[in-house]
Amino acid sequence: MSPLKISWKSIWSKPLSSALNIMLIAFGTGILTILLLASTQISDKLENNSKDIDLVVGAKGSPLQLILSSIYYIDFPTGNIPLKAAQELARSPFVKKAVPLALGDNHNGVRIVGTDSNFVGIYKLKVKAGKFWQSDFETTIGTSVAENLKLKIGDTFYGAHGLTGSTDVHKTHAYKVAGILAPQGNVTDNLILTNISSVWKMHDHEEEGEHHDEITSLLIQYRSPMSVVMFPRMVNESTNMQAASPAQESTRLFSLIGVGVDTLQWFAVLIMFIAAISVFVNLYNSLKERSYDLAIMRTLGASRGKLFLIVIAEGIMLTLAGTIIGIVLGHLALQFIGSNQESSQARLSGLIFLGEEAYLFVAGLAIGIFAAIIPAVQAYRSNISKILSKN
Amino acid sequence: MIALNAVSHNYQNGHKIGFKDWQVDDGSQWLLLGASGSGKTTLLHILTGILKPQQGSVVIDGTSIYDLSSKDLDQFRGRNIGIIFQRPHLIKSLTIKENLVMAQSFANLPTDLNRVKEVLTSLGIADKKNAYPNELSHGQLQRVSIARAVINRPTLLIADEPTSSLDDKNAAAVLELLIDQSGINQATLIVATHDKRVKDAFTNTYELS
Repeated sequence: MSPLKISWKSIWSKPLSSALNIMLIAFGTGILTILLLASTQISDKLENNSKDIDLVVGAKGSPLQLILSSIYYIDFPTGNIPLKAAQELARSPFVKKAVPLALGDNHNGVRIVGTDSNFVGIYKLKVKAGKFWQSDFETTIGTSVAENLKLKIGDTFYGAHGLTGSTDVHKTHAYKVAGILAPQGNVTDNLILTNISSVWKMHDHEEEGEHHDEITSLLIQYRSPMSVVMFPRMVNESTNMQAASPAQESTRLFSLIGVGVDTLQWFAVLIMFIAAISVFVNLYNSLKERSYDLAIMRTLGASRGKLFLIVIAEGIMLTLAGTIIGIVLGHLALQFIGSNQESSQARLSGLIFLGEEAYLFVAGLAIGIFAAIIPAVQAYRSNISKILSKN
Repeated sequence: MIALNAVSHNYQNGHKIGFKDWQVDDGSQWLLLGASGSGKTTLLHILTGILKPQQGSVVIDGTSIYDLSSKDLDQFRGRNIGIIFQRPHLIKSLTIKENLVMAQSFANLPTDLNRVKEVLTSLGIADKKNAYPNELSHGQLQRVSIARAVINRPTLLIADEPTSSLDDKNAAAVLELLIDQSGINQATLIVATHDKRVKDAFTNTYELS
């Protein structure tokens, strides 16, 4: 009968208070796990999607909105810009690559993006089946789109006006699936790509010709680091358009989310702290009841060290069990949240494990030791003659 | 053989108590008599290595027990001294069998389930080995506490007021078990009591004044 088994049986002999302690720890750890996973995944996604894009040029308005709509495809575009002005910028010596985007339609909530072959280059896209779009109304769809909407090569579908909803369907022309992209692990998995003139022609019947010389925005890759200083200022001061940096705006966005994350983090830490106190009170009270038991163990030959071990192992077992349950629950909860998320662009997954989670184990261990150390030292120091003669 | 040499103890309130020297031969059975407050429990704690006296020495089988380190003394006690308390204190979260196995492992002895069975059978409670302490009657628990005291075949078996909370019939039964078990396990027996009913069973008496 090892000391660890004695601790183990002692935990099971009071299932209610043990369960309460484990639940408190699990709740705290669960929240921390969710925060850790979600914030890592969000910042990874933010980075991954804007990796090779240095600047976005679009209509004046909120720079964050411009980035959200043109990089992450989650907000409305700021407006349109003249194609001519965009082409002039694209020819600037500061620019290595420029990708025009024409947004405005969707199919079952998936955005249809009119662009050119530079888009393929800047996102390093590959096709899994079929080919890239070439002629009008040909599309290449992201791998998740093919999966979720059950589209295969040769299928046709209609675009609807707006970014979501399918009330205003463009019935005049049907899009055709020409190819399906290989999984990219970024926003392109959830886009339908076509050429710009398709998007224009879709709208021809409504406002004759007007769209032909406007696009939504321009993604820009710089030629040299020098451009960082010069180019955005040039755009903002000398044209009617605005330039926004994905890196800057992502950082700003993340710092906004970060406030919430910080608050929740402190909340979770508070719960963990309460859990630690609860484990401490539990052990401390049970030690009063158990002091006679522990004294008997000494008379049976157990050393002071063994009693110390028995008490501290009990605390550590409780908190470690709570930590493990909390981490598992955190992953399950995030997976559940992810599967219920509407926006597939920023879907979270509970199946990703991070090295940082090891710190949660360490934290669990530390809380166990923190909560159990005083009772354990008391067990170590107890005067068994005094305890035994009381009874 | 157990020898008590010039032992005296100072209580925390300054009161000093001295004990006359005592030689206990192997296998003998002794009664330790004294009214409450006469230092009976103190002497038992000194004898069992629980309470270090300020003066004097206790020698059990040639070992001066208070010259041992704290850890060695705990182990010596676990292996050589079996203690039965007035109330049978068993670990509630463990079964009867586990309580006995725990006594074996605390003495750093290998787990011996045959021995557990043998002891429980000789005390007539073999069928209770998987029960938990709260499922047993007081008399049964007292038997288990005797089983726990003799499990490691101690050279010295010490009982502190084993009969004081029992009726005449049970007191006689427990006393008989103690004498039997000390015989079976060839242990020296010391029973501390102020219970007059116990007196007749013993020839050797150490009386506290």
